[in-house]
Amino acid sequence: MTLALKIIWAFISLGVVTVWGLTLNGIVHKIFARVQGRLGPPVWQPFLDIAKNNSIRTAITHGIMFYLGPVFRIAGGIGTYMFIPVLFGSAHFANFSMSGDVLLVMYFIFFGQLGMALGAGEGGHPYSAIAVSRGLSQMTAFEVPFALSVISLALQYHTLSITEIVAAQQGSFLNWTLFTNPLAVIAAMIAMLGMNMYNPFSLVIAPQEIPIGPPTEYQASFLGLLATNRGIFNGAKLVLFMNLYFGGATNLVELIIKTFWIYMFSVFIGAAYPRFRTENSIRFFLKYPTALGIIAVLLFSL
Amino acid sequence: MEQLFKELKHHFAVMELTIKHPDLAFLQVPREQLVSLLTHLRDIKGYTHLVMVTCIDYLEENTFLLTYLLHNYAAKTDLGVQVPLNRAEPVMESIHHLWEQGRVYQRELYEMFGIDFPGSPDVHEPMILEGWQGPPPMRRDFDTKAFSEATYSHRPRDHKEPEEYMKQQLYPED
Amino acid sequence: MNDNEIKNPDLSETPEVETKPQTPAYTEWRKDAKTLYNNGLPEEEKDWFCDARPQKARKSVQVIEDFLNWARSQSLWILAFGTGCGAIELRPLVTSRYDISRLGMQPRPTPRQANLIMIGGYVSIKTLKRIVRSYEQMQGPKFVVAVCSCAINGGMYWDSYNTVKRIDEYIPVDVYVTGCMPRPEAVLAGFNKLKELIRAGKAEGQNLYAEKFDWYKENQKQVIKDWNMPDYNW
Repeated sequence: MTLALKIIWAFISLGVVTVWGLTLNGIVHKIFARVQGRLGPPVWQPFLDIAKNNSIRTAITHGIMFYLGPVFRIAGGIGTYMFIPVLFGSAHFANFSMSGDVLLVMYFIFFGQLGMALGAGEGGHPYSAIAVSRGLSQMTAFEVPFALSVISLALQYHTLSITEIVAAQQGSFLNWTLFTNPLAVIAAMIAMLGMNMYNPFSLVIAPQEIPIGPPTEYQASFLGLLATNRGIFNGAKLVLFMNLYFGGATNLVELIIKTFWIYMFSVFIGAAYPRFRTENSIRFFLKYPTALGIIAVLLFSL
Repeated sequence: MEQLFKELKHHFAVMELTIKHPDLAFLQVPREQLVSLLTHLRDIKGYTHLVMVTCIDYLEENTFLLTYLLHNYAAKTDLGVQVPLNRAEPVMESIHHLWEQGRVYQRELYEMFGIDFPGSPDVHEPMILEGWQGPPPMRRDFDTKAFSEATYSHRPRDHKEPEEYMKQQLYPED
Repeated sequence: MNDNEIKNPDLSETPEVETKPQTPAYTEWRKDAKTLYNNGLPEEEKDWFCDARPQKARKSVQVIEDFLNWARSQSLWILAFGTGCGAIELRPLVTSRYDISRLGMQPRPTPRQANLIMIGGYVSIKTLKRIVRSYEQMQGPKFVVAVCSCAINGGMYWDSYNTVKRIDEYIPVDVYVTGCMPRPEAVLAGFNKLKELIRAGKAEGQNLYAEKFDWYKENQKQVIKDWNMPDYNW
């Protein structure tokens, strides 16, 4: 495919994952509400929120870094998505994947939060450094088991390219990494709980924590950008996990079903548990999931 | 209660015991003996809890009657110690060294009645009425209705009596 | 000889000692000028704050504006600031029985992200200062719902020295809900009326505030006597 056509198809797949990610957000709010006995917002509520936020007529800004914070964040989200092959065997939805793209994707996951930290420091708000340090320390903590699990995968499949990892899992569903390397999958799924930031790891984005956090002063279009990024980033992470651990997808229906059930894992836990404090969550990630990751690495390096 | 009164009469010039309930009584004491009486009640008689400090304005007799309400946990009784102050010079000794919460009550009394407690920390800081520039509002000679009509604009009433109006609405043929 | 003239210093008199610092003159602020005087701030803080007046916001093309009004009415975010006893009526609305999240509303903790402020009940002068500060920090098309009879005409505190009797002389109000307190169903009916007003394009409190800024600010400064904040807290 020519480069221009590839760019166009990449943007089309970006649009697909944005819509799917935001709809997933709406479904999750509906599920949480039904668990709590309420009716809950309609499933398309995130789209209405983004429309309303972008229609705010006045906006304030605190300088260049304040403006660039959400831009970094959405750049992280789009960058994460752009290098993941979405559908196996489909040249249209292969985005810009290449060899060694697992490490690049992991870098982009971290990049968005760093940009937010820079933007929050300029927020005109004296205590935003506290919340930013909480978010970053929790992110560093869950990256440890996730990185160990990815290293274990690289040792198992002898490659760092997501396309080849997906190719090695085709055949029957017993070829999925879930069944050939279960320890790495368990470590990565627990790390995913921290990534999605539902309970018990939701301290960083909890609504009551907002007045002391990075999003305090973000309003109007900035908030619209952050909300859109939430959809893109969720979708990108889910597609990554599906490709690495659950066998990838060959058509869009399979993609939707698999990502929905992977997300439900963190939603089921999130609906039932209260919140951890940050130091408790750091200790949680650095104990058993890290141990599982180290065992998984050792198993495949021998 | 009478037993306590008799014991206190040996040392202090207490007068006018009023017993409202078996566990609530009031007595009066002159201004100079208040702090020593409260210290005696707190340390020796067991009235360790200061419930509140409040004031009644007797405009006709030209006195403020400060009331210190104390509670005894062991005997489960309340005792109110009342101090008459001259309305023309309302200054009183502070009791914040006996109970820390006395600071707050004294600050409120300064704001609402104008009674000064020199020595009490932050007693001149405004508590509820920030930027208040009038007379202390809880005094009886402050006309709050006139002040409110002069300072704030009111919504005009439409002078409909509810009973007549609803009768007209519900039964128009009468 | 008026009071401002300096008397001859007589050394036999003891000088008067000021016990309280003088409050700055709050009524001196520039009306009908391009920038605000910000007289309540100390000198060294004046360049930390903006001195521009609020502007009227422009609306876009009618078709787009209709769609945006519909989106705004479907996703109102309430500022979680309980100003008086009417705040207790917001809490049952968030619980399972009267659930306002099915209407798209959620309480937000910061005025920057909120569209709707609910004035719950009586407003004392101390609270009015904070309400003005929060209201001016809200962005965009912002709406005010005043519940309880104290916000309409003073209610139970009609002859009080410390409460204001009419809120709409200080901030523009869109919908009043009567009651003391109104039941949650009544507050929901008020929200529905507000949604109808938004969709009809009639809830433009922000532009009204910018137009009649001098009048609102004059009323506020008459009542709030210790004005130690900028004139427009955007």
